[in-house]
Amino acid sequence: MKHLTLSSANEDYSCELGRRIGAMLATGDILALWGELGAGKTLLARGIARGLGVPSSIPVTSPTFTFINEYHGRLHLYHLDLYRLGDWDELDTLPWREALYGTGVAIIEWPDRLGPYLPEERFDVRITITGDASRSIDIIAHGDLLSERLAAWSGKLA
Amino acid sequence: MCCLVRIGTAESRIVFCWDGSGTTASRAPEWIIMLILGIETSCDETAAAVVEDGKHILSDVISSQIAVHMPYGGVVPELASRKHVEMILPVIDEALTKADVTRDQLDAIAVTQGPGLVGALLVGLCAAKAMAFALDKPLIAVNHLEGHMHAAFLGSQAPAGPFVCLVVSGGHTALYRIDPGGRTKFLGSTRDDAAGEAFDKVAKLLNLGYPGGTVIDKLAAEGNPNTFQFPKAYLEKDSLDFSFSGIKTAVANFLRHYGPPASESHAVSYRLEDLAASFQEAIVDVLVNKTIMAAHLCGVQDIAVVGGVSANQRLRRRLQEEAGYRGLTLHLPALRYCTDNAVMIAAAAYTVWKRTGFTRDMMDLDAVSRWF
Repeated sequence: MKHLTLSSANEDYSCELGRRIGAMLATGDILALWGELGAGKTLLARGIARGLGVPSSIPVTSPTFTFINEYHGRLHLYHLDLYRLGDWDELDTLPWREALYGTGVAIIEWPDRLGPYLPEERFDVRITITGDASRSIDIIAHGDLLSERLAAWSGKLA
Repeated sequence: MCCLVRIGTAESRIVFCWDGSGTTASRAPEWIIMLILGIETSCDETAAAVVEDGKHILSDVISSQIAVHMPYGGVVPELASRKHVEMILPVIDEALTKADVTRDQLDAIAVTQGPGLVGALLVGLCAAKAMAFALDKPLIAVNHLEGHMHAAFLGSQAPAGPFVCLVVSGGHTALYRIDPGGRTKFLGSTRDDAAGEAFDKVAKLLNLGYPGGTVIDKLAAEGNPNTFQFPKAYLEKDSLDFSFSGIKTAVANFLRHYGPPASESHAVSYRLEDLAASFQEAIVDVLVNKTIMAAHLCGVQDIAVVGGVSANQRLRRRLQEEAGYRGLTLHLPALRYCTDNAVMIAAAAYTVWKRTGFTRDMMDLDAVSRWF
């Protein structure tokens, strides 16, 4: 399965979907989060962090200012936000390679800023605003291995 | 009154004050003059300042990079780091020249260790380490947020007792209680976006320029803040945490319903000024009410607001009104010391030194992006 579409009626359920996704992630997974300002990317990332075992006492905040936030749960989580980056050739001063190819899971907000450096083996998660609080969440798996895993997820997410 | 006598080198002083082998008190004697060079490169600004005894400002140099960042609609990290590298030595030289102080006369070098952008922080840290090593001077690593809080002590009316401080900027929104000795207690912070980030992102949604906070502030002055109701997240009872991502989403929803701001090709049913004022009011309401609540919960009479967003005119006016109404004393440092600067770093360094002495193993010091 290459494509899975989920729908969420509100913030709480979006966070819960994130938690379920987080519970199924494995070392080396990269999730590119796509969606406009206010779509709920950081909210979904917070759910994923909870699913990865980051305790609820640790706030999962917007990495817009810091670019990369790191969390320790069942696995390491690197939460990247490239919103303030002008272009991919300005990545040099960020330890993004360590975050993407280290021992852990990476979530990338505004992944378009990575340009040619966006890894091919990844899950794309597209959040589309369908109403004031409702969202459509599309997960696209790139590569055979990830497609097999997405097929196994569908029962637990839908 | 302190006496203008210098004794010994900084090293002999550290033994005198902190070694504990002598008969001296564990606190630094009041009459020691401490001449500190502060260096700040945590985000946009390359800044250096010379401050005596944590309060007498001898120089204050800031090389604003706002012109460099303008075309990108935000701070660009590599540009920031590159610009810091170009500016750091000229800025330090100018700070020393303006203070009429030679490098040898300095007692210590203070530098922001974090939180901030690692690449930017490292430029200041490397310069400070190199200077300290070459000149054989001690180093004092300073938390950027503690620096901001020290801006409250820079005015003529510094709080005498404990006070509550709201630190509010593009990267931070947090409340602290500060004791007269400078010891800080964390009370709460944002659970998602910083207030300044909400201003910047909403300015982006409205196709306004950078920096978003200033543009919205100006527009809002011409608008009615009661035109639209945006959500104000007060969270649980007595919580001193903040949440601003919901307001951003509410503005995005508003634009989907009523259309993006008017342009030559299309008209809309609302005034952009009213939208900006209503959005700003929702943020300001929460900032003001939580700060007042923190003062009440901590039982203090003084409040201070620092950080870039404290330049917001509406926030300043509302705070003045509320503080006056409740009999609290409001400390609003001069605008120059509200945004990033090195004076606050040198001033905070003096308190850090009095509290814990100089930074040990200074060559091992590393930048920290998040530090609460």
